[in-house]
Amino acid sequence: MSSLKLWIAIGMLVLASSSGDVMLSAAMKRIGDLDLIRMEKGLLGVISHVVREKLFLLGLCCLIFSFFCLLTALSWGDASLVAPASASLTYICSAILAKFLLHENVDRRRWLSAALVCVGVLLLVK
Amino acid sequence: MKLKKIFIYLAIACCNGTGDVLLKRGMENLGEIHLNHWTHIFNAFLDPWVVFGIICLAGFFYSYLTALSWADLTYVLPATAFGYVVTAFLSRFFLHEAVSPWRWAGVLLITCGVGLVARGPSLTERRKDREEDAPLPAVKEQHELA
Repeated sequence: MSSLKLWIAIGMLVLASSSGDVMLSAAMKRIGDLDLIRMEKGLLGVISHVVREKLFLLGLCCLIFSFFCLLTALSWGDASLVAPASASLTYICSAILAKFLLHENVDRRRWLSAALVCVGVLLLVK
Repeated sequence: MKLKKIFIYLAIACCNGTGDVLLKRGMENLGEIHLNHWTHIFNAFLDPWVVFGIICLAGFFYSYLTALSWADLTYVLPATAFGYVVTAFLSRFFLHEAVSPWRWAGVLLITCGVGLVARGPSLTERRKDREEDAPLPAVKEQHELA
């Protein structure tokens, strides 16, 4: 039962952090190239552009929620399981969401890269 | 690969990895935090290592957002994992922690993954962009008729 609770927390963490990343990505595409905005309006201009974008704020809320899920999961399970499991699952989940929601061209090269990074992160705790 | 891409990849990885290591170094000075004295955690903000760590992580978030503004999420995400590689090297040579062969194998796999995606295109070519470059034959014909 307790392991089910832990995996539910990890699942929520992975979903929240991947959807947060997807929302940030969509928001930044709407805002446009930050380098160009910084050259025109300076750093304060960039900050005001970014914080006025609702999707960015929503994405940020998702990332904050995922952080609290991480803290909860860490209090229920070992850090050596929770941290790598959530990080590696997030890479795969983000790639899936990016393909279907952002319609990114996730070709074989990118799937392979996501898989290598996923296994690599899992090995880091050994 | 453009210089801009290399620069932003390095900025994301270095700021992420260095920020984590600096935080860890600062929290070692602070010692263990007990729930009864949880306000003790605010002392962390007085520690220069923690302050530098937070500045590094703010730099990471800025470079991450900049990268997302002109590149795909699936292109930028592996760069954040490259931060673990930087962390492993800094843990070994700066914090003098033991890094097991398995962790080095993980570092190698992440490096391969990042290298693989970094050599590909950074942004998905959208249909609209292509139409702007070369108008569709049907549209051309209409122009000719007019």
